[in-house]
Amino acid sequence: MERAIILAASAIGAGLAMIAGVGPGIGQGYAAGKAAEAVGRQPEASSDITRTMLLGCAVAESTGIYGLVVALLLLFANPLVGKL
Amino acid sequence: MEGPKIIFTIPIFGGLPITETVVLSWFIIALVFVLCRVLTYRMKKIPSRRQAVAEKLVELVEKLVRNTMGEKFMRFSPFIASLFAFSLFGSLISLLGLRPVTADLNTTMSWALLTFILIQVERLKAKKLKGYLKSFVEPVPFMLPLNIISELSTPVSMGFRHFGNIAGGMVITSLLYGALASLSSMLFLPVPLLQVGIPAILSIYFDLFTGFLQAFIFCMLTMVFVSSAAD
Repeated sequence: MERAIILAASAIGAGLAMIAGVGPGIGQGYAAGKAAEAVGRQPEASSDITRTMLLGCAVAESTGIYGLVVALLLLFANPLVGKL
Repeated sequence: MEGPKIIFTIPIFGGLPITETVVLSWFIIALVFVLCRVLTYRMKKIPSRRQAVAEKLVELVEKLVRNTMGEKFMRFSPFIASLFAFSLFGSLISLLGLRPVTADLNTTMSWALLTFILIQVERLKAKKLKGYLKSFVEPVPFMLPLNIISELSTPVSMGFRHFGNIAGGMVITSLLYGALASLSSMLFLPVPLLQVGIPAILSIYFDLFTGFLQAFIFCMLTMVFVSSAAD
């Protein structure tokens, strides 16, 4: 019984952890929009702009990836089940 | 989804498990080595087609390193190139149906640890011991714990980023396979016919695009962190 409760709560927790994906989505969309503006203003610098944007997107992504790692841990390597 | 399978165990230190990841890494190392040897075999003044490919690749990496790190860090370009090749092949190996090497936290975390050591060594070289220690108590000594945490979080975030992107793609792909299999059994198909073709579209994004982008980003972040540590 306790095990079932822990498993159910872990599944719900994994789902909740993925709400973290909202932030990077907004942030990366904003960065991409700004990059599109910059390319529109200065098309000759597009390769530099793309590189900077990808780097910024990668850094902005970290929080979402942390959420994903927490969700993966809860689903596949659950540390709570062993604590019964 | 499961972790990497253990192929065999070396009986030292109480059993050293050799996983799928390690064996595939050996294959990739051999592949990159053979590729380098083949491309640079019998180099001539007037390049053959094979040698032209090798020259183009080297020029590409050197241009990237020069633009990102500056002229005085050109000695890093072989390291960046090999990191890029290892990461790219390690992710693209999933196209052959094997487990991507980079979907194992051990792989990406060890690369991130390597970057961390490089950052510290470069800073120590550039600022000498006194300046190095002083950089932790800037701007005020109160910031010491925060500076240490931010220094330690660099490799953690780099390792988790690469791992999370590839492993997340793997989870989504395996979920899609499961969904297509149960959908085909609902339609009373004798074999899971829906699994043919449909996952390939997802594979373009998760295997090709993400694999390439993460290799690029890992190298870019390494270059940026190392060169900014030395300033």
